[in-house]
Amino acid sequence: MNPHQVRVILFGCSAGSLHALRSLFSRLPRRYPLPIVGVTHTREQGEWLLPELLGRRCLLNVRSAVDKETIQPGSLYLAPPGYHLLLERDETLSLSMDERVHGSRPAIDPLFESAADSLGDKVLAIILTGGGCDGAQGLRAVADAGGVCLIQDPASAEASSMPLMAMAAVLEKQRRVLSLEQIGTELLNLGEGKNG
Amino acid sequence: MKDSELEEVEINLVLETLRLRHGYDFRHYAQASLRRRLRSLQHLFGLKHLVDLVPRLLRERDLLSKVLAGLSVPMTEMFRDPAVFLALRQEVVPLLRTFPQINIWQVGCATGEEAYSLAILMAEEGCLFRCQIYATDINDAALATAEEGVFPARKMALYGDNYRNAGGTGKLADYYHHHMDFVQMDPTLRRSMVFAHHNLVSDGIFCEAHLVVCRNVLIYFDRHLQAHCFALMKGSLVRGGCLCLGSRESVEGTVVERDFQAINKAMRIFRLRPRGSTP
Ligand SMILES: C[S@@+](CC[C@H](N)C(=O)[O-])C[C@H]1O[C@@H](n2cnc3c(N)ncnc32)[C@H](O)[C@@H]1O
Repeated sequence: MNPHQVRVILFGCSAGSLHALRSLFSRLPRRYPLPIVGVTHTREQGEWLLPELLGRRCLLNVRSAVDKETIQPGSLYLAPPGYHLLLERDETLSLSMDERVHGSRPAIDPLFESAADSLGDKVLAIILTGGGCDGAQGLRAVADAGGVCLIQDPASAEASSMPLMAMAAVLEKQRRVLSLEQIGTELLNLGEGKNG
Repeated sequence: MKDSELEEVEINLVLETLRLRHGYDFRHYAQASLRRRLRSLQHLFGLKHLVDLVPRLLRERDLLSKVLAGLSVPMTEMFRDPAVFLALRQEVVPLLRTFPQINIWQVGCATGEEAYSLAILMAEEGCLFRCQIYATDINDAALATAEEGVFPARKMALYGDNYRNAGGTGKLADYYHHHMDFVQMDPTLRRSMVFAHHNLVSDGIFCEAHLVVCRNVLIYFDRHLQAHCFALMKGSLVRGGCLCLGSRESVEGTVVERDFQAINKAMRIFRLRPRGSTP
């Protein structure tokens, strides 16, 4: 992997993944040199505490994505309930209220596919713990566009179905299956490569 | 040329055909979601390449409505985000009451659920008789559904919950008739409602509005087209009129930021400042 090439880190996980997100992203420094954009499956209505809960344990600037905002290093953007989150070519975020994907809105596939279209091989995408199959097709799009694909080791994930489906969708040589710990180290190394 | 670059050229050709042949300009829509919807159209029509849409759009008369239906996203609900409707009831209706005649422009009404919600709200506040709701969209199929006011019965449980959380004073079922697996909205609501085709990109101001409700439409546009729409909505509002946007949209950071003051920032409700008053 060429660390100088990556411009954005994407992740997808399903509900109940607070623990995984905290242990992964709490390791990154405040001035982490890349933007991070992610989807977690959430209920469409009612209170949404994730940005707050994750932000408390992270040095990164954790926030709910705002339409047409330009992604910035050191910030982690979460797709808000009820909206898909997409990445545009000019590195801005767009929200949409299109059909649910795999019964979910937000869903992981639209984010990953749009990023693969917009930024091609400058994307690093991670599938974390989760049920169902969302994210598999998106990860394949990232792989096809030459991006970097990481998958949380299903054995260590709270829910293994999303990692397993992602592994099935992407060729072995185009992906790496790692523990959360290893993914965190990967991200840190990537950050150092960027700074250096 | 890479496949993705080739697809980009095809997308531009389709958009140019829509513009030059049919007068619909999608060039300033947010690209990522437009690309998704063009791909699903390609899939729907069973086209090998997206560009195959071009000759068909040029020659086939009845294709346009299908393409427009595929490119617009008529996804909506009654009383979606109930807290917003509660805020409209408590904080905006008192302002609207000061006008003898109340015009509401509901932009991007899709299949009409939001417009009916507004009509019910105004009826319960005793204002519907002096109220005119103009609900507009570019999707004619969705507008036809809105005109009929016929919705699937299975959605009414959710809508009923929304209605109660929005401060509804009666029962939602008071406003529709149940037939088998669908419901028909009460026709007396319709007396104050007009559904019309209006394109934010190319059509102008058509009424003097006291309230403009435009939710989850602007997210589909790029900043350039958003600015155009904000100017249009501002231009159609009377002084002191109100603007209600979607839960993730705001006037902040836009060309009209200084023209509006927040009534309820969290609910994305703003008011046009009186002339001459500055922030
Ligand atoms: C996601 S729906 C929003 C429905 C409703 N306002 C709500 O929030 O529940 C977006 C609507 O915007 C309409 N739309 C898209 N482009 C438009 C344009 N140029 N002019 C008017 N309406 C447009 C679409 O047809 C669609 O019905």
